[in-house]
Amino acid sequence: MEIDPFIFRLSIFILSIFVGYYVVWSVTPSLHTPLMSVTNAISSVIIVGAIISALAGSSESIFETSNIFGYLAILLAAVNIFGGFLVTQRMLQMYKKKKK
Amino acid sequence: MSANLSALFYLISGILFILALRGLSSPETSRQGNYFGIAGMIIAIIVTFLSIGNFGTGILYVFIFLIIGGSIGAFIAFRIPMTAMPELVAGFHSLVGLAAVFVAISAFLKPEAFSLGTVGNIHLASLVEMSLGGAIGAITFSGSIIAFLKLRGIMSGAPLTFKGQHIINLLLGLTIFFLIYYLCLSQSSYIFWSIVIISFFLGVLLIIPIGGADMPVVISMLNSYSGWAAAGIGFTLENTALIITGALVGSSGAILSYIMCKGMNRSFFNVILGGWGATDQKANQDNKEQKPVKNGNADDAAFLMKNASSVIIVPGYGMAVAQAQHALREMVDALKKNGVKVSYAIHPVAGRMPGHMNVLLAEANVPYDEVFELEEINNDFANCDVAYVIGANDVTNPVAKSDPQSPIYGMPVLDVEKSKSVLFVKRSLSPGYAGIDNDLFYRDNTLMLFADAKKMTEEIVKSL
Repeated sequence: MEIDPFIFRLSIFILSIFVGYYVVWSVTPSLHTPLMSVTNAISSVIIVGAIISALAGSSESIFETSNIFGYLAILLAAVNIFGGFLVTQRMLQMYKKKKK
Repeated sequence: MSANLSALFYLISGILFILALRGLSSPETSRQGNYFGIAGMIIAIIVTFLSIGNFGTGILYVFIFLIIGGSIGAFIAFRIPMTAMPELVAGFHSLVGLAAVFVAISAFLKPEAFSLGTVGNIHLASLVEMSLGGAIGAITFSGSIIAFLKLRGIMSGAPLTFKGQHIINLLLGLTIFFLIYYLCLSQSSYIFWSIVIISFFLGVLLIIPIGGADMPVVISMLNSYSGWAAAGIGFTLENTALIITGALVGSSGAILSYIMCKGMNRSFFNVILGGWGATDQKANQDNKEQKPVKNGNADDAAFLMKNASSVIIVPGYGMAVAQAQHALREMVDALKKNGVKVSYAIHPVAGRMPGHMNVLLAEANVPYDEVFELEEINNDFANCDVAYVIGANDVTNPVAKSDPQSPIYGMPVLDVEKSKSVLFVKRSLSPGYAGIDNDLFYRDNTLMLFADAKKMTEEIVKSL
């Protein structure tokens, strides 16, 4: 019997939760704020879905409702991607060691 | 690009995201980690374009929206003051949530674009995945908006409770599940829109009963939700990068919520159900007796600290509100010139989001190896001459260790009272968020400095 591809995706999902669990526990508490802003940025990879929505259909129908929702989602996700990574970078730049 | 090849590239970007989080295990590797994250994002976006292949004029609009959004994001990222990080993160969560809702709507309206079937005949699994993703996204969106308004001070931070609140929330939650089931039977678009709208309401209702100082939990929780929403959409789109990221972000937010709850010795449900402090405060005002406090000024404080051999600084949310972190650093520099050993003690729930104090201190050029977590530094108070409490309150209250009747009993607190003398910068004797009088104010070794945190610290710098 063939395995449903859904099961594969579910396996990836569950394994990733475990990876996430161990990786996040090893994050130093002083970097918890950058952790939140960077997880924010990476969860905007949802832009992948937004791009597919926006470009769905033929050239004549680029402004159907579903496309418009796609464009709007691109806009929102783009704010987050640029904002999230840049603000994280700005914060991380500030963490300095004692000058010896 | 073939579907198999693009799936492999999505896997690579998922791995890069894992490395981005892994980098945060120490400040040295963190910057590199952020570059991994950026690389993962670029790969995911390029692969998406390549796998679509022939795009018409729509691509032009995609880039226009990408550039507009990117410029807004970059502008915000460079301009935002570090004290406003909690509301920024809450605002960003709301955007992820809304983007998830939009993608879910789009997938519902045009399932063929994602090969999920046709309108009115969408695969059942996909229907469940997209409606769950959309519902969680909607809850994340409206919940984050409320959190944002509360953090920004546009909406009162006080918990807003009414009778039957939790039952209404429970009923709304059950309704969403029932509607998803019904959606699978009928494929009706009315049902789909109802799910989205009810979820928006539920998000608002879930966050309004939670008070200002519980915001660290709320932000972490919404962070987690935004991850699960992304994962839901990831299943719909059969996209590995989204599934991996969703799982990472979901578990990251959940762990942070757990750490924050532990920092307050409260269960997750206790925080979510909200309303803490609203009742305790009244009881406290009744039996309030006038107890003597020792009142000091900047010169006293400067004298005490100059002659100390070690000083521990305990910052809290008040420091962020007063923007006192730079003045504080100047004070510490002056003390160090006098040969005083200075370190910082950070309580897990100090501030309005996890790690908030650390970022503010880093912004004021405080080296991160002088900043310690509760467990690392708590034993040092006994050997320290002066503890300088600036903008913190409940997290120093010894009542948490001594009085089983107190609502904060059992909460881990900083043993500030063990140091030889305590300098407590505060505007008044009013109780902290938990509504409990702080025993520390009336101790013999406590000197109260009644002033704005920033002004007082600047005055101390002058008299040093």
